Amino acid sequence: MSARPKTPRPPKSAAPCKDEDIALAFYRQMVLIRRFEERAARGYAEAKIGGYCHLNLGEEATVVGLMAALQPDDYVYASYRDHGYALARGISPERVMAELYGRTDGVSKGWGGSMHLFDVDARLMGGYGIVGGQVPLATGAALAVAHRGGAEAVLCQMGDGTTNIGAFHESLNLASLWDLPIVFVVSNNGLGMGTTVEGSSAEPDLFKRASAYRMASERVDGNDPVAVHAAALRALTHARSGKPFLLETVTERLKGHSVVDPAGYRTREQKAQLLAGDALSAYAARLTERAILTDDATREIDEAAMAAVDASVRFADASAHPATSTLFDYTYATAVPNDSRRLPGQPLFPAAARPGETMSEKAPA
Amino acid sequence: MSPTTERITLAKAINLGMRRALEQDPKVMLMGEDIGKLGGVFRVTDGLQKDFGPDRVVDTPLAESGIVGTAIGLALRGYRPVCEIQFDGFIFPAFDQITTQLAKMHYRSRGRLQLPVVIRVPFGGGIGAVEHHSESPEVLFAHTAGLRVVSPATPGDAFTMIQEAIASPDPVLFFEPKGRYWDKAEVDLDAVGGGLDKARVARRGNDLTLVAHGPTVTTALKAAEAAAADGTSIEVIDLRSISPLDTATVAESVRRTGRCVVVHEAPVLYGTGGEVAARITEECFFHLEAPVLRVGGFHAPYPVARLEHEYLPSLDRVLDAVDRTLAV
Repeated sequence: MSARPKTPRPPKSAAPCKDEDIALAFYRQMVLIRRFEERAARGYAEAKIGGYCHLNLGEEATVVGLMAALQPDDYVYASYRDHGYALARGISPERVMAELYGRTDGVSKGWGGSMHLFDVDARLMGGYGIVGGQVPLATGAALAVAHRGGAEAVLCQMGDGTTNIGAFHESLNLASLWDLPIVFVVSNNGLGMGTTVEGSSAEPDLFKRASAYRMASERVDGNDPVAVHAAALRALTHARSGKPFLLETVTERLKGHSVVDPAGYRTREQKAQLLAGDALSAYAARLTERAILTDDATREIDEAAMAAVDASVRFADASAHPATSTLFDYTYATAVPNDSRRLPGQPLFPAAARPGETMSEKAPA
Repeated sequence: MSPTTERITLAKAINLGMRRALEQDPKVMLMGEDIGKLGGVFRVTDGLQKDFGPDRVVDTPLAESGIVGTAIGLALRGYRPVCEIQFDGFIFPAFDQITTQLAKMHYRSRGRLQLPVVIRVPFGGGIGAVEHHSESPEVLFAHTAGLRVVSPATPGDAFTMIQEAIASPDPVLFFEPKGRYWDKAEVDLDAVGGGLDKARVARRGNDLTLVAHGPTVTTALKAAEAAAADGTSIEVIDLRSISPLDTATVAESVRRTGRCVVVHEAPVLYGTGGEVAARITEECFFHLEAPVLRVGGFHAPYPVARLEHEYLPSLDRVLDAVDRTLAV
């Protein structure tokens, strides 16, 4: 069961960006995500963040390019590596950091955590902790759009490892069979935890998997936000015409699978190579070369990102933890007769007529 | 010859047990996500691929249904596959294969096909993780006839029970208490076990029987220790096997103590505690001094890290149930 030869990475793209403002906006967002994720790693080490924490470090270009291509009423489904998607979707760093901290002002009121960011207003329909959990759900959202004749599209982001799980194949088949307005995006960072794409996928050219479902597909340099943006626009136009699309963005994961993974499966050379080829630095160099980015602007952008991230940490720290008494709230949509609501040392917690209507703060007499 | 003992963690004990099975039977194979080169998320398979090769310790793609399904195929042709599911909450893509095929093929084939498949599942909470990573789904499998559902509570049992599970002609769901992976104990490396069939009396007592399995055995022992300080003598029974259930050992104890509390991390509703309580009521009705109480998870999804200790059966909650039982 030897690994297949390594997939050729697509040629480094340097797609021309006609609009300097957009090019700079991409850079700003990439820096924000970079600084945010670095701070999240620190928050995890300080035990401010619980659970598991998967970072978008190295994937900023893909995240930014994809989110910029969406209309406000399009839907996003993401994997558990979802912080950057929330930020680039316009959700405030404060509410995202508060969620990572598990606080009540977080996007999911502190109950979702790093892997389950939700914001229905931003049409971010979740990060998902189960690999592939989001793929059929996103397909269903696209079915809903198609069913009522809406103009929105669904963007369903996933990692390379997801393409081997059954739900991926079931969903692509359904989407193609039913002509659904959905773009499946595979962020191929080369590794499913510690296993390479070539070691886990019989067809390591992941975008080619679409052909089994007569679906259009494309592979793009995921380290170039401009190229990703252009490809995502093409894919979304295709989707809006009622034809699903599979977009593979080839990118890199700078660190381990999660904050706690030291990535021992990478050699020292590989790690050095990764840092040397970092997409953020490369993009900055490109913008500088074209005089779009000056040294002053670089400093200003970095400082602004740091300030936003610092503010998000202060906000998160000041936000309250969920009360123990809310442990049963939202288990059911309405008060269910005979529901078992028990807490330590207390007999029963009655449900509010509708969840969240009155948070039960203390035990009944 | 004096027995060989070694002070090791529960995770290492499972590792050594699998190593021994791999050495003794060329038909034993390990399969799972990142179990080879990485050695598994919890490093339970650490070093095994290096020593037994990638054809016997197989790194699979991310595909639980495929892993268990192919393990069934392997078992049907004489292999003894041991599958690792990375976390409790990741087992559900394989639920179909486990309940519709694995559990039923021996019965369906009227004994012509045996399925010696082991599915290892790190389960339970207490490590600051979240839903999908802290759950206790053991009764979902215990409810299905044809499966053996077991859980070791100590490094010693982990070492012998994994070997027994691999040697078993029946499929075994092997639930590993991940919160106890790093607990250390002296393990007799010559021990042969017996844990798959019989519950273990972990502590002798006369006033009340505490029944636990997996991660809550330690909690139960701590509760017994604390109660002893108050003059209460608690007997602790480690079920080891959730299905089939060694009712005899529990009933023998309850006939002496007259009182019983069952503790597990899984939600109390429709759980192991309910089954134990029903059986005790059937078998020991006239010996019971108080109703059988259950302490466990609540009827709510597994909460965020910050609140998991409110959800898990803490020492306080166990002692509270003990007090309520004794007050009757």
